Amino acid sequence: MSKSAHNLETFFDVERYRKDFPALHQEVHGKPLAYLDNAATAQKPQQVIDAISNYYSNHNSNVHRGVHTLSGRATDLYEGSREKIAKYINAKSTKEIIFTKGATEALNLLAYSFGEHAISAGDEIIVSGMEHHSNLVPWQLLCQRKNAILKILPITKKGELDLALLPELISDKTKLISVVHTSNALGTVNPIEDIINIAHTQNIPVAIDGSQALPHTAVDMQALDADFFIFTGHKMFGPTGVGVLYGKEAWLEKLPPYQGGGDMIRTVSYTHSEYNDLPYKFEAGTPNIAGVIGLGAAVDYIQNIGIHNIQAYETELLNYATEKALAFDGLNIIGQAEHKSGVLSFTIDGVHPHDIGTIVDFEGVAIRTGHHCAMPVMNFFNVPATARASFAFYNTFSEVDALFVALEKTKDMLF
Amino acid sequence: MDLRELYQQVIVDHNRNPRNFKELPPPCSHAEGHNPLCGDKVTVYVHVEDDVIQDVTFQGDGCAISVASASLMTEHLKGKTLSQEKDLFESVHDALTKKDSEIDLMHFGKLGVLANVKNFPMRVKCATLCWHTLEAALANQKSVTTE
Ligand SMILES: Cc1ncc(COP(=O)(O)O)c(C=O)c1O
Repeated sequence: MSKSAHNLETFFDVERYRKDFPALHQEVHGKPLAYLDNAATAQKPQQVIDAISNYYSNHNSNVHRGVHTLSGRATDLYEGSREKIAKYINAKSTKEIIFTKGATEALNLLAYSFGEHAISAGDEIIVSGMEHHSNLVPWQLLCQRKNAILKILPITKKGELDLALLPELISDKTKLISVVHTSNALGTVNPIEDIINIAHTQNIPVAIDGSQALPHTAVDMQALDADFFIFTGHKMFGPTGVGVLYGKEAWLEKLPPYQGGGDMIRTVSYTHSEYNDLPYKFEAGTPNIAGVIGLGAAVDYIQNIGIHNIQAYETELLNYATEKALAFDGLNIIGQAEHKSGVLSFTIDGVHPHDIGTIVDFEGVAIRTGHHCAMPVMNFFNVPATARASFAFYNTFSEVDALFVALEKTKDMLF
Repeated sequence: MDLRELYQQVIVDHNRNPRNFKELPPPCSHAEGHNPLCGDKVTVYVHVEDDVIQDVTFQGDGCAISVASASLMTEHLKGKTLSQEKDLFESVHDALTKKDSEIDLMHFGKLGVLANVKNFPMRVKCATLCWHTLEAALANQKSVTTE
């Protein structure tokens, strides 16, 4: 371990935070678990687990539906989470925070409702060449439905967006640009501010998939000025089954609802329904109440540590891992962008990623292997799959060491 | 459990030096197998005459288990009849996927090294991919000959 890494680990009390995460403290195949699959899903602190169990144990009730005490408490907790989240991402209003079951549902909601509102035959939508399938397939489906055209902003060999090509891609038919903030497959942090600026000079709205950004960095909706921003709870230490679609109020007012049902209407007769106010217009049915409350607790947890501390520590951690990767014989880093966060994606000559995954698992190291729901990215780099180590603030420098010791074993095993 | 039970020397060897790793020209039949979960891709080529597998080869990109399984499969099946192949497919499938299978792959020569894959449930599909692909190629062959 380098000296500066040591200093950092003492500055950032990682051992203290690790105590909050019960799942981290176990052995896998007789070795201490090194959980390096945080981009797939993050572990949950006790505070989040307790918030969920407290809701079910003490306040369980439906929201917005009853005059009784428990319903009032459940509603307060649920709406309290919305306030926390709105404040945390600096949205103008809680009306701009729509709860979904994850980033995938948020993107499908957006593609449907935005599509109904704004897309006709011949219109164009731009996404990037490094999207997770969830920010690609919903737009493909929309384009098929409407006979619209999906354009792809290419990426470079380093794994960065080729921003110089964006102005050429934009035409007077461009109705929306939707891009990923931080790539789950490559770790690239995209210059979303620049993209939003370019788009806004031509009055084109922008949607940002921030699923991989929220666990690592601060986001500020008013400063960023994105029209839509999407994220998912389980990657930011919250529970699965909850996510957020942020949308500027003016946009959300204009878009039609995605699903019909309870909570999303004000009055219903057999001939006509009047939609409810924001954000409820987009929250049909009983929501994931416990999930939303858990996500609120996750936001509290992140704020207690301080997202800037998290970012500073993780930068050192990724730098350390990258140095080790560069020194590892036969290892190729996939994605070498200037700005990266949280992800080290790689291949090893002569060893298929799937074998890497199994072999390091036997050393207690959990990484993801596969295409990471980003097949076009794999095709671009001409690899069937990669191995991916992805970090959270509770990972340690010695876990990075454990990864590279485990990677050495792939050679013992397969050569 | 020791990882060497999965990555036995025979598997490592067939992964590094896959046998019958080539295309067969038409009119032999072929089929492509794909495991989207891990990106494994295999194409199996098979040439059948008089109900005998005259030649069987493969190409593709996959993990050590899938490459070795395909290599061992082609090596084992060359010269076998279609009914022997059918029996073998069923034995391998049974041995790898059925919990209480009584099939002992050790009776099938080198293919015995695949037996332990069963103890690694996440990897069973890697080993069976080429076998399913061969079945598809043969089905295609059959429809060609019955025409
Ligand atoms: C960049 C990105 N976008 C979207 C998603 C989808 O999130 P979810 O599966 O929680 O809906 C993921 C995670 O899988 C992701 O990494």
